[in-house]
Amino acid sequence: MNNLLDITEKLVNISAIICTIGISISLLLLLIRVMVGPSNADRAVALDGIGINLMGIAALLSVIIVTTKLNDVVLLIGILLFIGTLAIAKYLEKGVIIDRDVD
Amino acid sequence: MIFTVLIPLILACFIPLLSKIKEKIHTGVFVFFIPFIIFLYFIQFVGNDFSPVRQTFRWIPSLGINLDFYLDGLSLLFALLISGIGALVVLYSIYYLNKTERLGHFYVYLLMFMAAMLGVVLSDNVFVLYTFWELTSISSFLLIGYWHFNERSRYGALKSMLITIFGGLSMFGGFVLLTVVTDTTSIQAMIEQKDVILNSTYLPLILGFILLGAFTKSAQFPFHIWLPDAMEAPTPVSAYLHSATMVKAGLFLVARFSPVFSTYEWFFIIVSLVGIVTLCWGSYMAVRQTDLKAILAFSTISQLGMIMAMLGFGTEIAVFAAVFHILNHATFKGSLFMVAGIVDHETGTRDIRKLGGLITFLPITGTLALFGTFSMAGIPLPFLNGFYSKELFFESSLDLAGASTFADLLAQAIPYLAVFGSIFTFVYSLYFLFGTFAGKADLAKLPKKPHEAPFGMLVSPIILVLGVILIGLFPNVVNGTFLAHAAEAIKGVSIEKHITFWHGFNYTPLQMTLIVVGLGLVLVLTRKKWAGAYHILPGKLSLNRLYNAILDKLDDWTKDVTQSYMTGSLRLYVAIIIGATLVVTAIVMLVTGGFNIQFNDLADVTAIEVSVVVIMVIAALGTIVAKNNVSAILILGVVGYGVAILFVLYRAPDLALTQLVIETVTVVLFLLCFYHMPKLRKRNESAGTKTINLIISIGFGALLTLVGISAHSSKWFDSIADYFIETSKPLGGGHNIVNVILVDMRGFDTLFEITVLGLAALAIYSLIKLKKGAK
Repeated sequence: MNNLLDITEKLVNISAIICTIGISISLLLLLIRVMVGPSNADRAVALDGIGINLMGIAALLSVIIVTTKLNDVVLLIGILLFIGTLAIAKYLEKGVIIDRDVD
Repeated sequence: MIFTVLIPLILACFIPLLSKIKEKIHTGVFVFFIPFIIFLYFIQFVGNDFSPVRQTFRWIPSLGINLDFYLDGLSLLFALLISGIGALVVLYSIYYLNKTERLGHFYVYLLMFMAAMLGVVLSDNVFVLYTFWELTSISSFLLIGYWHFNERSRYGALKSMLITIFGGLSMFGGFVLLTVVTDTTSIQAMIEQKDVILNSTYLPLILGFILLGAFTKSAQFPFHIWLPDAMEAPTPVSAYLHSATMVKAGLFLVARFSPVFSTYEWFFIIVSLVGIVTLCWGSYMAVRQTDLKAILAFSTISQLGMIMAMLGFGTEIAVFAAVFHILNHATFKGSLFMVAGIVDHETGTRDIRKLGGLITFLPITGTLALFGTFSMAGIPLPFLNGFYSKELFFESSLDLAGASTFADLLAQAIPYLAVFGSIFTFVYSLYFLFGTFAGKADLAKLPKKPHEAPFGMLVSPIILVLGVILIGLFPNVVNGTFLAHAAEAIKGVSIEKHITFWHGFNYTPLQMTLIVVGLGLVLVLTRKKWAGAYHILPGKLSLNRLYNAILDKLDDWTKDVTQSYMTGSLRLYVAIIIGATLVVTAIVMLVTGGFNIQFNDLADVTAIEVSVVVIMVIAALGTIVAKNNVSAILILGVVGYGVAILFVLYRAPDLALTQLVIETVTVVLFLLCFYHMPKLRKRNESAGTKTINLIISIGFGALLTLVGISAHSSKWFDSIADYFIETSKPLGGGHNIVNVILVDMRGFDTLFEITVLGLAALAIYSLIKLKKGAK
């Protein structure tokens, strides 16, 4: 029984590390998109992707270092990412982020 | 004794009130009694059995600065001159200055000056002396600029201020050095310790500084240029400050300190040389002037040079002659200035080319001028005091010897230079007298029809000329009672010099005088023929030109220097700041051996950290090469998020949370203002600037990296983190150590960071809302 738990823990660890490496590669590729992306829309989408990957990394890290303290971080990244992407999208669309009151 | 210094100052405060009734009574009437009473006070000390008096009043005892007053023969001579001539000048000014002038200002400045001058001559404490010294400079500045609506007055006032304050400051430096060397602030105590001073390594500096102060104040070559321009002052001021008192402050200083320095070779060389050069140059230049007061100004310069030279000789007879001539010069020069003032007052001009033949209109003034100028020229007549001091000067110049070759050469040359200077003294004296009073009067050229001055105006010059004659007739009366004490204060031994008029033909000074008179007469008669000499010397060489050029160029140079780096370009300023920090820090670190790189205390590096850092580095480089604003800020966002992930990696969830929010807000804010910001553009900078910027940025980055590594490698004591870990729960009542530190342990910092945020918010609000011109 004990043995089985050990094996599970190792499996979890190994898969977390594999996932982290995968996400890192994905981050690098996204980064290339951010840098070369012909239009700013490309960059915005890539940044959004980076954010989601960061959520993943944060979650995986909390698995690796065995803590629950990072769950807030994961959630926060999600919210901020949404807001940030929205702001960028609006900026790219309209040139401004906050509309002035017309009336 | 302190009251003689304080009374003028205190009464100066009441002058503005008294000047309100000037329509009824001239303000000068009230002022007249002050110097007169002081004079009466000092006259009681005159006598054969005089011994020095000392008084002390505590001022700043902890710094050794006390109002120490010391009245010896030298101080007494000067105090009598200051108060006596002060009274005469005030009397003269009552008639000279109209009631429509701002009399209150005039007499406040004059009393201020009188107090300061008395303070200078009576002080025994070097710092008190310096205080009064600067007060004379300031009050002289105010008096020269009395007619401040006049451009020349302002120029002259500024010039005298700059030059005398320059000298005053250097004198202060000398005093500080003296105090450090001797550990006392009293001049008499310094004189007692003269061996310490003479053996000090600072001796050349001390002497140089003090002499610089004396030379600038006493208008010695090449600092004499302020005195002719100071003639823009009202004539009573010229008579008082610029002939009798203030310009003698430098002589007083040299005389006061000559017991200390007189055995020092360079004291003889510098003082004698500067004095004799000033004598020759001043008398030579006086002949070319066309303004009466300018002639007198250069004459004063030259006479001061003569006294200075005698102080430099330092022999007993020379010192006696110096104090004698200080007295004589004050009498005849004061009267001559007043004569010039009367001529100006009664004819409306001081230009000697327009004047002439005034003896028929101004007979009394002309007679006074005759005595004054003949005394100044040193014409051998038994009733003129100038002759005796000139003869003593010649006599003292003959028996000089220097220890070194140069000093010996100088000693050999001095008699010839003395005769040369005296010839020109003779020439300008006669030029002054005959140019004004002899010849044919040309009334058409004069602005006013001349007539004799009112009697009140003539009283002061008459008294002074009576002084000239009485001292001339009975020279030995002032000798023992008065001058011997002054000379004793300078030389240290009692000098009883019996002055006689006739020594016989085989007396070299008499022969020198005869040469002066003979050659002088020739030069006077042929003045038109050799006047062309002034085109050769000084010609275009003028010290005024140098002074003006220095002022102008100083303006230009400082402007150039400031404009060379204050270009208004923030890029340049940042480059300078960071470059300077880089250079200074690097040098300090290298010199003190601060770089310390060790690898024995490092944590292991994991693959995740490496990949995050690689991503951040790529993004950071990408920001630099980004083509437009939006992409630059998006790529910068990657760096920010990378930092957040690093915080996660290093187990700092609070920091990570904050960093994420702030990064997002920053990106959004950037996007908000991009609308108003200029597009990123290529800067057309030269390759040199780019290279320098590159060097500075890379160097600074490398430096900070090294500093960071060194800081990590040199841990000298344990961290206090354990304390927080242990006490966070029991003391702070929380498990989150970061938050306990923020609000409990170090709550003050948090409070003020909240304040910072609040201020920033208010500032942003007001920047947006309050526009220029909007209500």
